[in-house]
Amino acid sequence: MTALKTKRTQKASYGPYGKLGHALNELDDRIGAAKARNFLDKVFPDHWSFMLGEIALYSFIILLATGVFLALYYVPSQEHVIYNGSYAPLQGQSVTQAYASTVDLSFGVRGGLLMRQMHHWACDIFVGAIVVHMARVFFTGAFRKPRELNWSIGNTLLTLAIVNGFLGYSLPDDLVSGTGLRIAYSILLAVPGVGSYLAFWIFGGNFPGTMILSRFLILHALVIPGIILAMVGAHLFLLVRQKHTQFPGPGRTENNVVGSPMFPVFMGKTTGYLFLVAGVTTLLSAFAQINPIWLFGPYDAAKISYAVQPDFYMGFLDGALRIAPSWQTVAFGHNIPWEVTFPALILPGIIFGLAYAWPALERKITGDNELHNLLDRPKDVPFRTASGAAVLALTIVLFIASSTDVIANFLHISLNTILVVMRVLTLIVPPIAFYVTLKICQELRDVDNSSRRKTPNMVSRTAEGEYVAVPAPHHEDDAHHEESPIAVPSFIEDSDDGEDPSSGVRTVDR
Amino acid sequence: MSTEHHTPVSLSSVKDTDPHMQPAAKNPDKVERRVAWALLLGMVSFVGFGWAYWVDAQPWVLGATMGAGFSFIGVGMIAWGKYLMPQGPFVEERHPLRSSDEEREAFASVISKRGGSVIKRRPMLGAILGGGMGVFGIVALFPLLRSLGPLPKKTLEITDWKKGSYLVTQDGRRVHVDDFIVNEVATVFPEGFQDTENGQAVDQTIVIRLDTEDYVTMKGRENWAPRGYVAYSKLCSHLGCPVGLYEQALQLLVCPCHQSMFDVTIGAVPNFGPAPRPLPQLPLYIDSDGYLRSQSDYQEPVGPGYWERS
Repeated sequence: MTALKTKRTQKASYGPYGKLGHALNELDDRIGAAKARNFLDKVFPDHWSFMLGEIALYSFIILLATGVFLALYYVPSQEHVIYNGSYAPLQGQSVTQAYASTVDLSFGVRGGLLMRQMHHWACDIFVGAIVVHMARVFFTGAFRKPRELNWSIGNTLLTLAIVNGFLGYSLPDDLVSGTGLRIAYSILLAVPGVGSYLAFWIFGGNFPGTMILSRFLILHALVIPGIILAMVGAHLFLLVRQKHTQFPGPGRTENNVVGSPMFPVFMGKTTGYLFLVAGVTTLLSAFAQINPIWLFGPYDAAKISYAVQPDFYMGFLDGALRIAPSWQTVAFGHNIPWEVTFPALILPGIIFGLAYAWPALERKITGDNELHNLLDRPKDVPFRTASGAAVLALTIVLFIASSTDVIANFLHISLNTILVVMRVLTLIVPPIAFYVTLKICQELRDVDNSSRRKTPNMVSRTAEGEYVAVPAPHHEDDAHHEESPIAVPSFIEDSDDGEDPSSGVRTVDR
Repeated sequence: MSTEHHTPVSLSSVKDTDPHMQPAAKNPDKVERRVAWALLLGMVSFVGFGWAYWVDAQPWVLGATMGAGFSFIGVGMIAWGKYLMPQGPFVEERHPLRSSDEEREAFASVISKRGGSVIKRRPMLGAILGGGMGVFGIVALFPLLRSLGPLPKKTLEITDWKKGSYLVTQDGRRVHVDDFIVNEVATVFPEGFQDTENGQAVDQTIVIRLDTEDYVTMKGRENWAPRGYVAYSKLCSHLGCPVGLYEQALQLLVCPCHQSMFDVTIGAVPNFGPAPRPLPQLPLYIDSDGYLRSQSDYQEPVGPGYWERS
C-alpha cells in the first residue's frame, strides 16, 4: 500500500511532462540542456534548391558507412599472390593482394558487391551534389557577406572530395586505376622545380614503388575524411549561426527567416530525405554496375586498355590534358612540360582560385559591403550569372573533350578533326555562353514583372450591351499561396485533455 | 494574394484554429493512411532484405530490398513532415551577429594591448620562443618529407637496358631475328627484368619489324634497326601511359590515354596529340646466334617531362 502510494506521489512529482520531462530536467541540471530549445525552434526556409547541399551531406554519411565496411576486408598491399578466390576466370593468376582482396570482398563477402557499388555511387553523387549546390549558392548570391567564409569552406570541400575520390578509385589496383596512378605520377613530375622530388616522396621512389597503396589508404580512409568531417562540421555550424538565406517573398525581409521549425517539421523532412538519398543510392547500386574491376583485370604497368576514362569529376582535367597543345620549354638544362603543367595544374588552379576569390572580387567591383540574407534571382545580376555560366560551359566542354576517342569512333570522324573542333570549342564556347547569358538576363531583368503570372481578365456584358474587361478576382491557385509567417509557438502538444489557457499550453487536434 | 487576413500573430494569441497550425493536407486522414502504407512497405522491404541476406540471394536482390526499404521510409517521413505537421510558415527574427561597439572596442583592446604587452614588454623572450618554434618547424618538416622516399638523383634518366641485354617478351622468351614478319609488334623487356616492378614500369619497350633489310629511322641512327627491327620506349612522352596501340596501316603508335600518335618510320616523332617529344629509340643489334640485343641503354630519359630533364 505504502509502496503504491509512493509510486503515485513520485509520478505526480514528475510534473506535467511526466518521466520524459523529469529526465530532461535532470539533464538540464547538469548541462543546461533546455537552452537547446533555441535550436529546436530554429526556422528553416523552404525551397527545393536548398536541399542540394543535403544530398551532398547524406551521400557523405553513406560514404562513411560503406567505407567502414570496405575497410574491414581490403588489404592495401602490392605483394603478389596467386588468386584462389570465388571469381573463376581469375584463378591461378598472379595479382596484388589489393586487387585480390577487392575482388574477394565483391564476390566472397555477402553483400560486399552491393557495399562496393554503393560506395562508388555515393562518391559520384557526393561530388555531383557539391557542384550543383555550389552552382545554386553562386547563382543566387548566397556567398555574399556575411557568408564568404562558408563559401570558401565549401570550395575546399569540393577539392577534398575530388582528391579523395581519386585516391579511392586508385586503391583496387586494377588496370584502369593503375593507369590513373601513372598519370598522376607524371603530373607530379611536371611541377616546375620540385616535381621529381614530390613524385619520389609521395610514391616512395620511382613509379610504381611498393608503398603507394598503403599510403593512399591512410589518406583516403583516415586523413582526408577526417578533414572533410571537421569542415562539414564548421560548414553546418556557420549555417546555423548565420541562419539560412531565403528568397524574397511575402513577409520575408533581410532581418527575418521564414519557413518551418527545426523540430519536428524540418527534422522529420530531412531525416526522410536521408533515407531517400540512401534508397536511391542503394537502388542505383543494385541495378547499375559501376567500376567492374574484375573485367578490367589486374594492373600491369606494360598493359593498357582502350577508352581509359577516369570518374566523371576528373573528366575536365582529362579532357584538358587531351586537347592541350604539345608545347614544352627546354632551356638552361631544364624542362617545363607546359602540355601537362598548364592543363593539369595551372588551369584547375585558375578555376578554383577564381571561385575562392569571387566574393572578394564582387565586393570590390560592386562596392557592396552590406550584409545580405535575401537571395538574388539569377536574372537580376546578369554579370555574375554570365560569369558562372562561362565557367560551367568551360568545364562542360573540357569534360566532353575527355572522350574524344569515343566520339570519333561513334561518329566515324577522324580523331584529328575532333581534336581541332574541341580546341576551338574550348576557346569560343565560354565567351558565347557569357554573352548569351548576359543578354538573356538583361532582357528578363528589364521587362517588368517578367516572372509574374498574368492576371486573367474577365469579360462581362453590361445590361446596356456594353462589353467590359475587368481583372478577375484572385483565385487560390493563381499564385503561390502562402500564409504570413508567425513566430514559432513554444508548445505543440498532442493531448486530448483540452486546453488549459492558464498554463500557456496549447493543444492541437491531430 | 490572400495574405491580408493572416497578419503575424503574437504567441499568446495564436489559436489552435490558426491556419499556420494546421497540417498542409486538405484531408489529413487520407494522407496519414498513405504515410502509414509507405512506412509499412518500408518495414516489409527490410524484412525482405533480411530474407535475401539469409538465403544469400543475388546482390541485386539485396540492393533492391534494402533500397526499397530506405526509399519507402524516406518518402513516408517526408510526406509526414510536409503534409501532416504544422504548415506555417513561421518567422524567426535575425539578430545581428555584430557585437556592440563597446564589446568590439574591449575585444580589440584585449588582443592588442594586453596580448601585445607580452611581446612588447619581453621582446627577447618572444623572439627566442618564435625562433625555437621556427627551428622545430624546419627541423621536423624537412626530415619528415625527406624520409618519405629516396632522392630522384639519376633514377629518371636510366633504365635496366645495358650493352648486350637480350630482348625478351613478358614470359621470358628471347626474340630471334626470324620470329617476326613485317609489321609485327611485341612488348619486350631486358632479360632478367621482365618480372620486376621497375622492369615493367620503366624498361617496357615496343619492338616492331618495319622491313626485312636494315632500316634507318633518322640521321645518326644508321645501324640501330638491323633487319628492320626498330625498338622504342613504350612509355608515352606525354604522361607515361603504355603506348599500347599499333596502327599497322598508318605505321603509327597510338597512346590510348590521350591519343598522342607517333610515326614509327621516322623515329617515333609525335604527329598528333599532346605529346611533345619523340619516343626514345633503343639501338639494337643481332648477335651471331640471331638474337636481338640492345647496343646500350636509351640515350635520353624515357617517359614524361620533368624539371631536370634537359
